[in-house]
Amino acid sequence: MPDATGLELLAGELRESEDLSENAILGTLHFRGRATLEVEPSSIRAVLAHLRKRDYSSMMSVHGVDYYPHEPRLGVHYELLDMSRVDRVTVKLRVSTDAPEVDSVTPEGPDGPGWPTADHQEREVYDMFGVVFKGHPDLRRILMPEDYEGHPQRRDFPVGGEPVIFTHNEADSRGAAQ
Amino acid sequence: MEVRRELVGDDARSSSIGGGEPVDPRSLRVTRHDSRDLLRGAELLGPTAPSIATKPPGGTPHGGEQTGEDLERYVHERVLTTTLEKAVAWGRSNSFFPLAFGLACCAMEQFQTAGPRMDIGRFGFEAFRASPRQADLIILAGRVSIKMAPIIRRLYDQMLEPKWAISMGACCSSMGVFNNYALVPADKFMPIDVHVPGCPPRPEALMHGILKLRKLVQDDPEAGWRERYDARGTEELPGDGNDRVVPGA
Repeated sequence: MPDATGLELLAGELRESEDLSENAILGTLHFRGRATLEVEPSSIRAVLAHLRKRDYSSMMSVHGVDYYPHEPRLGVHYELLDMSRVDRVTVKLRVSTDAPEVDSVTPEGPDGPGWPTADHQEREVYDMFGVVFKGHPDLRRILMPEDYEGHPQRRDFPVGGEPVIFTHNEADSRGAAQ
Repeated sequence: MEVRRELVGDDARSSSIGGGEPVDPRSLRVTRHDSRDLLRGAELLGPTAPSIATKPPGGTPHGGEQTGEDLERYVHERVLTTTLEKAVAWGRSNSFFPLAFGLACCAMEQFQTAGPRMDIGRFGFEAFRASPRQADLIILAGRVSIKMAPIIRRLYDQMLEPKWAISMGACCSSMGVFNNYALVPADKFMPIDVHVPGCPPRPEALMHGILKLRKLVQDDPEAGWRERYDARGTEELPGDGNDRVVPGA
């Protein structure tokens, strides 16, 4: 991890970068030894491309978060790793549920090569949280059935579940008996 | 050992079973003969058959020469008579062919039942088949997600009659700690004969469940899922019009 000072230096470098708008970096967070950059959703590809030049060249995972009841509700986390220094940095962005659209980092683009790791992980975030990744080559559900309605890891999604069938209520339950 | 099928009762007008009219299996009897007696030339016959055996030189009298109570006792001691249905149930229940199929962590325990400590082969269930067409027992070892459920149902439908199903572990029976949007209980989409509780059940528990199923098949085949789900008459048998095999195709 970059320490708190290193994280601020990294954020300052990104803010001064010509590739990025000035407001691309919303803030930094250094918590329990974990360095986090909070970025504007529209500049995610540029930020990751810049971090790749700084040797954070391996994307370990992409996560979705629902910050309900805080707005904007949905978040996407990108975990990057510098494999030579074993150094990690997290990039976070927030989008609202009204327009949950983020540029996909999977495909190649004018700003550099893509991140193949993100392919299935973005599909999972789409499946579970409903974040739409624009430009993703194959944005389908990955875990739930493709005709499933809703995004079950959102916090306002009902927990669901089935009444458990025991012998005493087997006759009343919808099941193979019908 | 020779197994002879013969007709008893009113259906005994024809001795050929293969051809002619269909015969109710309940009217068949299976007789087991001691092979040593057959080798000695003293062919054992049923109690109603006439005596045709010859007396061996200097030997003890054989069944063919005896009459009355002696013959009854002789037959009782030497000949095992049962109904074909029971004999078939005995054979089936001692040679389940489980489907080599695991869903989650319960499958680890399922493998162990085939390992040396539990050794499922002691009871004749060690032939795990890789194809549902060859298996007659499916052990749902693990949680069933709603995306997996149609696939499992298809596997179950591909198994040939008679077939049995064991639901292993809490997830498969009642979804355990995952009672949420992701899972379905196995009873919702296929009939289950035995539920094995546990999270996961130890191999001993699964073995106990399989032996319970064996007892069910042996003692009370009528207590299977078809009775519980009122599904008599849904068996797919060759030639009854429900099979989709096109003759000559």
